[in-house]
Parts: sequence; structure tokens; C-alpha cells
Amino acid sequence: MTHATQTVDSMRPPFPAESGAGVYSNKLGMWVFLASDVMFFTALIGSYIVLRFGAPGEWAKPGAVLNVPLTAFNTFLLICSSVSMVKAYAAIQDGKKYFLRPVPGKTLRDGGLKFWMLVTILCGAAFVGVQLIEYFKLVHEGFTPAGFRDGSLLAEHAAADPIKYGLAVAGLYGSSFFTMTGFHGFHVTCGVISMTYLYFTKVLPEKYSPQDYRGIEVIGLYWHFVDLVWIILFTIVYLI
Amino acid sequence: MRWWLPDAGSTFAGPIDSLFLAILIITGIALVVVEVGLVAFLIRYRGRPGRKAFYTHGSTRAEVIWTAIPAVTMVALGLISNHYWVLIKGRSSVPPNAYHLGVHAKQFEWQVTYPGPDGKLGTADDFTVRNQLHVVVNQPTAVELTSEDAVHSFFVPEWRLKQDAVPGMHITAWFQATKTGQFELGCAELCGMGHYRMRARVFVHTPEDYKAWLAQQAAGGSE
Amino acid sequence: MTTVAHSRTDAHAEHAPMSFWRKYIFSTDHKIIGIQFLFVSLFFLLVGGILAMQIRWQLGFPNTPMPGGKILPETYIASNGVILPEYYVQLVTMHGTFMIFFAIMPLLVGVYANFLIPLKIGAHDMAFPRINMWSFWLALLAGLIMLAGFFVPNGPPRCGWTMYVPCSARSDLSGVTTGQLLWSVSIVVLGLSSVMGSVNYITTVINHRAPGMTWFRMPLSVWALFITAILGVLALPVLQGAAIMLLFDNVLGTHFFDPVAGGQALLWQHLFWFFGHPEVYILILPAMGMVSDIIANGSRKPIFGYHSMVFAIIGIAFLGWIVWGHHMFMSGMNPTLGSTFMVSTLLIAVPSAVKVFNWMGTMWRGNLRFHVPMLNAIGFVSMFTIGGLSGIFMAATPVDIPLHDTQFIVAHIHYVLFGGSLFALFAAITYWYPKMFGRMMNPGLGKIHFWLTFVAYNLTFFPMHIIGMGGQMRRIYDPTIYDFLKPQQPLNEFISYAAFALFAIQFLFAFNFLWSLKFGQKAPQNPWDDNGMEWSLPNPAPHGNWERTPNVYRGPYEFSSPEAEARGSDFLPQYVKLPTDRDPAPAAGH
Repeated sequence: MTHATQTVDSMRPPFPAESGAGVYSNKLGMWVFLASDVMFFTALIGSYIVLRFGAPGEWAKPGAVLNVPLTAFNTFLLICSSVSMVKAYAAIQDGKKYFLRPVPGKTLRDGGLKFWMLVTILCGAAFVGVQLIEYFKLVHEGFTPAGFRDGSLLAEHAAADPIKYGLAVAGLYGSSFFTMTGFHGFHVTCGVISMTYLYFTKVLPEKYSPQDYRGIEVIGLYWHFVDLVWIILFTIVYLI
Repeated sequence: MRWWLPDAGSTFAGPIDSLFLAILIITGIALVVVEVGLVAFLIRYRGRPGRKAFYTHGSTRAEVIWTAIPAVTMVALGLISNHYWVLIKGRSSVPPNAYHLGVHAKQFEWQVTYPGPDGKLGTADDFTVRNQLHVVVNQPTAVELTSEDAVHSFFVPEWRLKQDAVPGMHITAWFQATKTGQFELGCAELCGMGHYRMRARVFVHTPEDYKAWLAQQAAGGSE
Repeated sequence: MTTVAHSRTDAHAEHAPMSFWRKYIFSTDHKIIGIQFLFVSLFFLLVGGILAMQIRWQLGFPNTPMPGGKILPETYIASNGVILPEYYVQLVTMHGTFMIFFAIMPLLVGVYANFLIPLKIGAHDMAFPRINMWSFWLALLAGLIMLAGFFVPNGPPRCGWTMYVPCSARSDLSGVTTGQLLWSVSIVVLGLSSVMGSVNYITTVINHRAPGMTWFRMPLSVWALFITAILGVLALPVLQGAAIMLLFDNVLGTHFFDPVAGGQALLWQHLFWFFGHPEVYILILPAMGMVSDIIANGSRKPIFGYHSMVFAIIGIAFLGWIVWGHHMFMSGMNPTLGSTFMVSTLLIAVPSAVKVFNWMGTMWRGNLRFHVPMLNAIGFVSMFTIGGLSGIFMAATPVDIPLHDTQFIVAHIHYVLFGGSLFALFAAITYWYPKMFGRMMNPGLGKIHFWLTFVAYNLTFFPMHIIGMGGQMRRIYDPTIYDFLKPQQPLNEFISYAAFALFAIQFLFAFNFLWSLKFGQKAPQNPWDDNGMEWSLPNPAPHGNWERTPNVYRGPYEFSSPEAEARGSDFLPQYVKLPTDRDPAPAAGH
């Protein structure tokens, strides 16, 4: 029997059943929940596409209003957190419940679950932090969900170069930007909070094992989903 | 007491009413089959001591038949319906010689803009009247629907004409009235608390009467 | 292989006796949660009914003071007791909202998905009992938020349960501010509750079926609830997204639906109906599933064409995703879309027809027992047929032109939702009442309720087809201001009288339901001689359902089979092991 099958068996509910999905219930449940979340973002992103392609004016040029380099860094942070999530998952599958262990003969340290989960949480929290800072700066400059605030710096720039700033449809631009990235940020925040909760209640007390690491795998699925949504959002909101 | 559709008042009414009747007959037959069948079964197969039910899991042949017949009927209905749908609502089906009026819906009235003596909308001699729609019998007419605020819906029952007026959109709906007389226009989309009183009077004139009315408007009259 | 004991005994560890609060209020037991949904939803059904009575008062007797109206605040009722136009549109809006979101949907899904699924598949509880508990409390919270709308300045929303924009996106158009926000918030919370429920139902059906409960041995009620849960998990989030965009247009100044700033009014309609059409299948499929179970039982015969019935459920659910534009034929969207949506809509009539014929086929050559659930189930079939057939008129786009947004639509809606879903609920509540409460509802009272309801219901809603054909628009405060509608006013009056009678008759059901809780005849273990797994348990069923996970030996509708005959009865439950049966092997890993 392979390693993975062994752990899947013991993560199943302890009563007999027909063969179902072949994955344990917590994971199946998370997949179903993620399907619902896909539909939620489809509504938002689909609306954005409809509004943008039906817009009666030019959309703002990339980088005119939004800070692409800062957000690119933020994207990198989130991707790093997905990588560290994968490493956390691999660590617990190998039974590495610890924080860091020295690797004989190398200067590198071997990270365990506690290390990699912490990295994931910190990167996720940093992502939210950077996004909040970005929001504050944008609102301060005059970019709000309603568009460009009258009398603001941004409104002045836009009046001077309406095509570059997409002045004609600034209202749609603000509406879609803040709603899509805001709800994504909300999802990241929920993920960070959930991971922190698991960290203190299950990871630190070493409740996960190679025989049962359901919470790690399930939150990992959620985290990768959130990352994937961000890749899409970053592309269609910031880059195009 | 009315028991049926309103009197036919436009060229659309013929096909629409015929289609309605055809559907009524088809669904009526289906209804009778089901309801009479149910009652017959209730009586015939009611439980009695010593009776046994007939143990079967079904019949593929029966299934095929009662799947195929509805399917074929629906496809046929769709093809016929689509033919008239395109004629009535198709964007390129507005007759090129149609007489255009502007209808601007707002909470809670209809503002009708007439092209004036030059017969063209959007020129200086246009004039607007509130809650009165005057058209000429037997003449293709197109209303260019716009809305000030909410979604309203332009509905004249006798013409079998209904079209939503959507803010931000310019929608053309055409018709050809076939009966002179006075009718009513109502709003058929909930648009706020005054939705019920978005009523306009509709006058279908002979060409002469319409000319007379136009002249009266030009002279500054209002009726 | 690990050493975790995979015995076939109890599913979960023993726990200390639970307090009253933990056992009945904050319960994670799917059966208790189902019962909680039942009581709360019946309350909201009453709320919806009271709103309907006020609507019928105004429509039947326009501008006449409403009895008891003077207790309402002056934002709703004039000083002489006449319903105000602004209140009328709030009544129609909230009647639809409460009935659809807080009565029918939770009655069919919140109650029966929760109560029936684990019992009927041989499971001990749902896959995620605590999430299940949260699902109930969020639904209740959502309902209370929605109800709060009546008590805030200017009251609840006024733009119809369909909440079209820009009416609902601008408080200067609707006249409502706080009430509109509450609607959006309530919908988002309800969506969360719904998704949590669906996650449970789907996971439980896939992974927790007892050994021998293969997919094609599941009762149709479970199939229907399972497919409905998939619809819910995919449709509700779209409504949540739309409700959030609407909320933001209202409070944050966003412009999603603001044409002046480049937004699109039709965007709301597409989003809403993309959710809305699957929603109406959520409102009918569980009813169909439960009716199938009850008709097979009442006919003492297997369901005719079980596999077709499963595929019909799947077909209806699948097609239900591509018909949403039929609510928008007059909307101004590209007429070509009208053609495509007409095709898909006409096609969805086919699996529905198949189901009706299969129910009839089930009754054909049966040995019919006319118990109260069977009467209501047959009532469902006959009324749903009318509702489904009336849909064909609107599906044919040219005929939709005169009928759209008239009382004809209202007739259609109510034939499928009341004639359909609500009759199915009368059947289901009566049928599974013994399993829930250990007692029987009074059958004599049940029969009287059925017949009176059947008559009053048809007298109320059939004439609405005529009124709609005559051109009466929906949501009209006073039809008599239109000359062309005046001739029909006597029929409006008649409908109102019938509606008042219909409402009053429902108190027979309410009385029967409540009285039988305490004084109903104690129920035998399997009062309907049914085959489902749930009837192997005592009434009411204990926490954890079975001590040892049961085995399943056959399909769900083995009535009057040779094996049953051999045992001297006309039914053979799924859980009975015959000498010729072998124990099913559980899946590897158990």
C-alpha cells in the first residue's frame, strides 16, 4: 500500500460505507465549498468583464491609477505562501511536526510543520497588510469605490489626461476594483485567521500526524484556491 | 367580465392569438390525458381487500414514447414560435417605412415625442405630450423606448405589444395598429410605488384624424 | 495499516448526557436541526400568508379600508385604513421574498435534506454536524434580519422579490434605504447558510452511504435532495455576489447598475435570473423526490422507470442552468437570445413530462392506499401538471409578449409553488411526522384539510390565468384605474374571497400539526408499511440513528414483489435481510 492510501484510510469516518468519492469527507467538503466560491467570484469577475467590454468609454491604462510594482511584489508574497503551504503539507506527511531541525553536514535547516505553517501565515498576513496600505493610499489620492473623488489629486490628473486615467468610466473602475480585490482580501483574511487558529490549537500541540493531517490538507486547498483567484485578478485588474 | 384575451388590435394579434390557441389545444389535450388518467386510476386501482399491485419496474417502450412525443411537440412549437418572434422582435424586422415616435418612460408617466409635420424624429418641430399616445391605423409605427430612471415596460394589450424601457438603453419596438379607437397603455414592470398609475391614453386615428390632431398640437392645443 | 478500530459499532465516542440547551437548542443532530428548520419555516410561511391576505384585500377591494389595518403605522396605511400604494409594493416584495427564501426553500431543503438524508442512506449523521448547526442558526438570523425590514423607517424594499435595478439600487427611486440594506445583508447570510447546508448534503450522500446503498438504490427523495444541493451550492453564491454589488451601489456609491456611469441595468437581471432559475428547481425537485417516495408507497408498486426518474432529475437540473433568459424575453436583451432561451426552455418541459407520466405509471395497476400523504402527493401531480403546462405558453416567446408580467405568470408561479411544492410539503410533513415526533397526525382532519385546500386553492389561482390573459399587469395597486381591467374586477373579488378561505383552511393543518405533537396517536414503528431505511428505527429516532451501521439489501421501492409476497406482505424494506441475501462488503478501508 502506498503512503498516501494509508493515511487516507485512517482519515475516513470510522464506520463502514459504500465507496464514495475516494477522498475523505473533509477534503470532499472543501472541494464542494470551493465550487461555491468559484461561483461567487464568477459573479464578480463575470460582471467586471461585462461592464468593461460594454463600457461607454476607455478603461484606465494599466498602472495609471494602481501601483503595479507594489502589487506584483504582493503577488509574489502570496505565491510564496502557497509554496510554503505545500512544504508544510509535505512536512506533516513525513511526520515533521517540529519547527526547525539541523541537517547534518549542511548549513541549511530542515523545516517542519510549525515552521512552514508560520511562514504561510506571515506571508498571508503581509499580503493583507500590503493590500490595506495600498487601499489607504488609493483612497487618500482620491480613488474610491465610487470613482475619482472630486477635488482630489487623482481627479486632477484624470482631468488632464482622461484617456490614460479612463475618466469616463472611473466609477465602474473603482466599483469593480474595490469589490473584487476587497472580497479576495476578505477571503485571504479568513484564511489567515483559520490558519492561525489551527496553528495554536492543533499545530503547536502537535495534534497532526502522518496518519491524520486533514486540517492541513483542507486549509491548504482553500489557500491554493485563494492564490489562484488572485493570479486571475492580478492579471485582469492590474495588468490588462 | 372578460374571459379571453383583449380584442385584437394589431397585425401581431393574429399570429400571437393563433399560437396561443394552438398551445391551449396542445396543453389542453395533455391536461385532459393526465387529469382524466389520474381520476381513472384512482377509481380503477383503488385498494381493495385481496387486490395485488402489479410488480413492474417500468417499460422502456412506454418511456421512449412519452419522451419522444413531448420532445417532438416542443421542437415544432419552438420552430413555429421563433418564426414569429423574429418577425415581431427581430432588430432588422422594423419596417423601413415605419413612423417613429419617441417614448420616454419615467416615474410615473409616459412622455411621448412626436416628429411633428416633417415626420422625422430629432428635429426642431418635435413636440412632447404626457401620457397620450396617438398613432395612425394600418401604419407601421415604431416607438423608440428610453427611460429616465427605473426599468419600465411599455404595454398595450390590444396590440399584443410589450417592451421594457431600460435606462441606458435605446430600444425600438414596432407595431401596426388595425383598429381605430381609444385604448390604454400600462406599465408592466414594477418601477416604484407609482407603478400602478403609469397609465396613458392611446388613440388610434384614421390618417385624416391624425393630421387634424397634429395641426391642433402645432396650434398649441392639448387634447 | 493503522490500529484505529474500524468496528461496525457506534460512529462516535460516547458523550456525557447533554443539557437541554445542547440537546434541543444548539444541537448538531441532523434530526433536531431538521425539526428546528420546520418550526421556523412554518412561522415564515405564516408571515408570507399574512402578507398575501393583505395583497388580496387590496386587489379584491381596492381603496377599501382593510379590517384591522388601523394597527399598522402611517407609512403603510392611510388614516382611513386603506393600504397605501407604497405599502402595497412592499407587501408583494416581501410576500415573494419570505415565501421563497424563508418558507418553501428551507421547508424542502433545510427540513428534509437534513432530516431524511442520513436516515435514508443509513448514515449516523451528516458529514459535518457542527457546520450543519451553524447552517440553521444563520438561516434563522437571515430571516430575522429580513423581518426587521418592516420595523425600520420607510419599511422593507419595494422593488419586487426580483429586486430589479435601478429601482432597488437608488433610494430616491424606491423611497427605501435601511430596508434595502437589510435585504442584501439577509440574502448574503442566507446564502452562507445554504452553502453550508449543501456542503453537508453533498458530502454525506457521496461518502456516507451504508454498505449496500449503491447510487441506484437510493430513494428518489435522496437523489432529488442531492441534485438540489448541487444546484444550491452553485447558484446561491451568484445571488450573494449580486446582492453585494447592489448593497455597494446603495451604500458605497459604486456604479455597477448605474447607467449614467456606464453600469448596466440588465446586468442585475442576468445575475439574478442565472441564480433565480436554478432556484426554482431547488424549490420543486425535492418536492418531486418526496412525492415519488410517497406515490410508490401509496400505490404499493415500485416507481415506474426509476432510472429515467433519476435522469429526469439530473436533466432538469442541468437544463435549469441554461434557461434563465426566459425571464428576460421582454427585457431589451438581444432578441437572438430570446430564440436560444426559448429552445432550452421548451426542452425542459420534456423531463418534467416524463416525471408526470412515470408517476401515473406508478399508480397504474397499483393497489392504491389513499392515506393523507398519498392524497396530497396525487394533488401535487395534478396541480404541478397545470403549472408546468402553463409554462409552455410563456416559453413560446411571441405568446410571452402579452403574458409577461401579468397575472398569468402569477398563476403559473403559484401552481408550481403552492399546487406543487406546498402540496408536496403537506404530504411530506404528514408522512415523516411519526419519524420526527413519534405520533401520527390525525388522518380525518388531514383528509378534510386536503379536500378543502384542493378546492379553495384551485378557485383562488385558476382564475388568475384569465385575469392575466385579460392583461392585468403584476404588482398593480389598483387595477380599476384601467378601463380595460374594470370588467375583470368581479373575478379579482372572487379570487380574494377564495384566498381568504384558503388561508383560513390552513389553520386546520396548523392545528393538526400542533395538537398531534402532544395528543396524536402514538405511532407504530413503520406506520405506512414503507421500505425506507428510516423505518427500521424507533419513532422518534435516537441520536446517532443506528448503533451499528446498517446493511442495505435491495432497492427502495420493492413493493408487491414475489419476495415480499413470499413473506406474506406487500412491501420489503431495504434493511431486511432475506435468507438468500448476502451481506454487502463495505468499501476498502472500512
